[in-house]
Amino acid sequence: MWLTSERAAPAIYTIALLVFWEAAVWIGNMPTYILPAPTVIAGAIVQYWGPIWKNSLVTLWTTLAGFGLAVVGGLALGLLVGWSKSIYAGLYPLMVGFNSIPKVAVVPILVIWFGIGVVPAIITAFLIAFFPVVVNVATGLATIEPETEDVLRALGASKWDVMTKIGIPRALPYFFGSLKVAITLAFVGSVVSETIAANAGLGHMMLAAQSQFNVPLVFAGLVMLAIEGIVMYAIMAEIEKRTTGWARRSGQT
Amino acid sequence: MYVDLKGVRLEYPAAEPRGEPVLALEELTMGVGEGEFAAVVGPSGCGKSSLMRLATGLRRPQEGDISVAGAPVTGPLSITGMAFQNPSLLPWRTTLANVMLPLEIVRPHRGRLRRHRAEYEQQAEDLLSLVGLGGFGSRFPWQLSGGMQQRANLCRALIHDPVLLMLDEPFGALDAFTREELWQVMADLHAAKKFTVILVTHDLREAVYLADKVFVMSARPGKIIAERKVPFERPRPMDLIYEREFVDLVQDLRGLIADARSGTGAGQRAAA
Ligand SMILES: Nc1ncnc2c1ncn2[C@@H]1O[C@H](COP(=O)(O)OP(=O)(O)OP(=O)(O)O)[C@@H](O)[C@H]1O
Ligand SMILES: [Mg+2]
Repeated sequence: MWLTSERAAPAIYTIALLVFWEAAVWIGNMPTYILPAPTVIAGAIVQYWGPIWKNSLVTLWTTLAGFGLAVVGGLALGLLVGWSKSIYAGLYPLMVGFNSIPKVAVVPILVIWFGIGVVPAIITAFLIAFFPVVVNVATGLATIEPETEDVLRALGASKWDVMTKIGIPRALPYFFGSLKVAITLAFVGSVVSETIAANAGLGHMMLAAQSQFNVPLVFAGLVMLAIEGIVMYAIMAEIEKRTTGWARRSGQT
Repeated sequence: MYVDLKGVRLEYPAAEPRGEPVLALEELTMGVGEGEFAAVVGPSGCGKSSLMRLATGLRRPQEGDISVAGAPVTGPLSITGMAFQNPSLLPWRTTLANVMLPLEIVRPHRGRLRRHRAEYEQQAEDLLSLVGLGGFGSRFPWQLSGGMQQRANLCRALIHDPVLLMLDEPFGALDAFTREELWQVMADLHAAKKFTVILVTHDLREAVYLADKVFVMSARPGKIIAERKVPFERPRPMDLIYEREFVDLVQDLRGLIADARSGTGAGQRAAA
């Protein structure tokens, strides 16, 4: 039953999609400037490997820089917000309001402040990825069972004790769970910003290719984005799996 | 009295803005002497757990006075050990680390723990063997059965050598054999360490077998409606629970609780 085998399934389905795509383009006689076939895209990747590689690295590092800031900032703010009910009540609406602003709309402001380049991309990635980290960490802290907290408080534990002994360990699975979401969003943020205002990166490269009607190169950029996205997601998923064993096995979170 | 509650009233604020506040305890007065083993029985929801929270200083009453060892209770006391109804072990710690948690909080152990870790670990291991969990210290709580978790919970309450032990239905979830085994353990511990115990239970035989004094609470709002001395000599053999006097005392308490549930319990449904 190799068709339904779980290990082989991802590869099989991907290959099936590519074959179907290739066949559809040839049978439908689709012009390359509308939808290039996978083989044509592969050709473009080989042909333009130099610039594709260079721009991929730019996108990768702006994404990771924004993500890194989001993790540090999100963790800090999450701990602060989860620390007390009143800080939570005060900051939560502000954060929701801030998060509901589409980040594309912020990019022009960032360009005014920082000029065209990698800085707006990093900041956009940070802004968009930061929220899920804060919310998850704060949720982990805010949902401590009162009974568990009572166990410590009955012994005369301080707020700090409760936080370090229960709050933070309990929030960790939430934190690591949020990394998957945050890295994906950081990626979206940096590419959006690159597409609007940058002189390097995959988003910028695709925009330039599009203006020259080099559609295979646009698609080559998309493929690189997908690969980068999958790899980063997989790394975060692995980190989550390794760090939160108890939470999965004890049926929590 | 070592633990003294006088005219205590406890009301929980309403959950919603226009909801009714819940009056859990009213005019509750009780006293437990030093080294005494007291049991509290009463209908479900009458405020037994609330009483425990008051006596350990986790909550303050709206009215009345509470004192422990002659001093008014204004906040949590580290001389108490507490085992709650729900074992609430921390799933990211091993059973041994869970049992040792109070040592990381309570002085002077807190400061000594790092240097004397081996010694403390030995204490925790000994305590675990005492309740039949020898060798399970390295397991995680989710690898233990409910009954085993409850035993570990008991160890956690005892690890810092409390002089006052508050137990909220710690044996409730156990099978009959394990329960009787742990009654023995509790009785032996009490004899050896001479701490004061307040045990909340819904098992009347447990109350009579273990306690020197049984308090009966009314339906909510809870107050103490009766107090019975338990005359049996210690150590008490397990067979005691089949003896005439023992059964009579249990029946007497059963009658009191039945009255409490049907009589005064306004709005209290007589659930099975
Ligand atoms: N934190 C709380 N907020 C509001 N009401 C509460 C709270 N804790 C308990 N109550 C209410 O107070 C009453 C007494 O509760 P308590 O838990 O003390 O009862 P109990 O005697 O321990 O019950 P059981 O035998 O089922 O354990 C109940 O009506 C309950 O709904
Ligand atoms: Mg209770």
